[in-house]
Amino acid sequence: MNNLLPLIIKREFMARVRNRTFRVMTFLSPLLMVGMVSVIIGLRTLQKDQKTTIAYLDETHVLDDAFTNTTQIQFRNYNTFTLQKAKELVTLEGLYALLYIPKESANPNSDTPIQFFTAATPDPIIIEAINNDIKAKFTKLNLSAIGIDPQKIEAQEAEITIAIQTFSGGVASETSDYVKMFFGGAAGYLLMMFIIIYGNMVMRSVIEEKTNRIIEIIISSVHPIQLMFGKIVGTSFAGITQFLIWLLFGGLLFQSVQWYFGLETTESLRYLSKDYEMLFTVFQDIENLPLATYSIFFLLYFISGYFLYSSIYAAIGAAVDSETDAQQFRFPIMIPLMLAIYVGFFTVLQDPHSTVATIFSMVPLTSPVVMLMRIPFGVPWWEILISMLILLGSIAFTVWIAAKIYKVGILMYGKKPTYKDLFTWLKY
Amino acid sequence: MSIINPLLEVKEVTKHFGTATALHNVSLQVPKGSIFGLLGPNGAGKTTLLRIINQIAIPDAGSVYFDGNLLDTTHTSAIGYMPEERGLYKSMRVGEQLLYLAQLKGMSKKDATERIQYWFDKFDISDWWNKKIQELSKGMAQKIQFIVTVLHRPKLLIFDEPFSGFDPINAGIIKDEILQLRDEGATIVFSTHRMENVEELCDHIALMYRSQKILDGTVSEIKKTYRSHTFEVGLQTTNQEHLMSVLQEQYTTKPAYFKTIDDQLKLQITVAPETASNALLTLLNTQSTVLHFKEMIPSVHDIFIQKIKENE
Repeated sequence: MNNLLPLIIKREFMARVRNRTFRVMTFLSPLLMVGMVSVIIGLRTLQKDQKTTIAYLDETHVLDDAFTNTTQIQFRNYNTFTLQKAKELVTLEGLYALLYIPKESANPNSDTPIQFFTAATPDPIIIEAINNDIKAKFTKLNLSAIGIDPQKIEAQEAEITIAIQTFSGGVASETSDYVKMFFGGAAGYLLMMFIIIYGNMVMRSVIEEKTNRIIEIIISSVHPIQLMFGKIVGTSFAGITQFLIWLLFGGLLFQSVQWYFGLETTESLRYLSKDYEMLFTVFQDIENLPLATYSIFFLLYFISGYFLYSSIYAAIGAAVDSETDAQQFRFPIMIPLMLAIYVGFFTVLQDPHSTVATIFSMVPLTSPVVMLMRIPFGVPWWEILISMLILLGSIAFTVWIAAKIYKVGILMYGKKPTYKDLFTWLKY
Repeated sequence: MSIINPLLEVKEVTKHFGTATALHNVSLQVPKGSIFGLLGPNGAGKTTLLRIINQIAIPDAGSVYFDGNLLDTTHTSAIGYMPEERGLYKSMRVGEQLLYLAQLKGMSKKDATERIQYWFDKFDISDWWNKKIQELSKGMAQKIQFIVTVLHRPKLLIFDEPFSGFDPINAGIIKDEILQLRDEGATIVFSTHRMENVEELCDHIALMYRSQKILDGTVSEIKKTYRSHTFEVGLQTTNQEHLMSVLQEQYTTKPAYFKTIDDQLKLQITVAPETASNALLTLLNTQSTVLHFKEMIPSVHDIFIQKIKENE
């Protein structure tokens, strides 16, 4: 009878892939994603061309060389006007803001504030930049006033670099933690998405067989458990296919968008990582990760996690008659999944070896996501072993429970079951 | 009652669902090549029994034998099942669907394709291969449903309430096909709570009531057991009082009601089981003109009602 499994997997796969919504989403999602990214890039380019002009009225007359114009911020000297006049002019000319530095503010003992007049809520980054500029200038002046040459202080400033190294002797860079965070976070997030999308698909497929009333014919030929497995595997193949298409198609689209916007994106990437050297270290960090080991664990946890959740989804599908009825059972599955993601993003990525992170990478319903996020930071093999054993044990247990509910549920029509009903089904 | 070499034997099967008992110690034997009717009101346990035979449900106690061997998964390909809850994959094409379901029953793709073609030709629906079920009318889908059941040439065909839900034309087709399949060597079990079809189709029946089998056997045997030796007569006589007194000396009589074209004395006369009916007829002949003389054979429906009353 075992040779029927490929047949079921094939049918499930074909049924998923031939579904109109599935096909539309396969090609529409990357378009939407890339479209969204393009819009953001486009808006940013637009913003870049927009210059913010800030007028300043400096009664201290020492700050003329304190402000540096950048491509985005221009400073304009309004020293010749009175405060009243300057305010009027700024409004009239539609400038971004007026910076007013009263005479007394230069005095170290004075607490007269510098004022910033603007129509909109000011950008905190600009305020911070201005604040730093003025502070530096005043500090220099104050130092000179008490007879210290500020240039001498500058010259004495020490340059240090901290070379981070792991105990096992590997060289780590400052960026390597970010690379690990990215890999861990992406893997955990990917698994969560996969579970939600394709777990629900498994559930819908079970409900479909139930509402179509074909289920009894099928299980008079194959064992219900075999059918359930076939469904889960077939749907996951469809899911992997969809993911791959998203990756390829999305990548291709993204490339063309990059090409359309010229070198903007690579330039901004270069800007982000300050220089090529940084970019180079990022790639080196990726190469330094134990990619082969990581891939193996990724696969293990990905498959186990998906299996654990999708068998629960299959059981829910079997227990209910329609998707609306499934809602009450679907919510409790989301809780551990969301918990895993939150624990992952807020605890693991900050302190991968904290007690919370360790515990949640053992708890079966959260371990696939949390452990996937921890692994890039290096997890002792025995922790992985324990977590994996617990996970496999829970899969066996969950599949057993799910299979029982599935077996009874697929033949139950009409009444929306309660949790109590599900419990009694276990004893059938 | 024991049948030599039955195709299907159910032995002391019991099934509970939680605290409810669906089947209590049910035993049955279905002879090879027979049409076996499983009768009973709704909720008697018929569907559960059929599901156990299809290995969809597992009995708590007892066992089922198929052709002398303990029933196991190797037998699924020898059984065709049309459940009461009927349906197909709505968005799958007719041909693919039939092919898939036939392959699940262990047929090769080539063999299945040939058989599908055979049934398509038979029902004159050759152009349906690429249609989706959702494009078909209900009646058309019922034909496909039937083909699904018989496609893999099963030795044992099980129909759960085959005549409910089908339109009269399809019900007629199914009835004819059931008879033809039986003639070709298949054994058929069907359940029903309607008695009309039972007498013209079944040679064996079993009566289920409240999770138990309360009666089984061949239709004629059961009818013989339940005959009341009562005759319905229509007479013409000049001296009715005398006739009645003579009759009442030897027999129990009751007035009878049946339609005739002229006035008659209509009676139901019950004779003792060991007496021949000829004695009565002779007596009647000497006293009157006999226009109507018929043994009242109980219908399956009457037996069914009577049996249930006994068990109440």
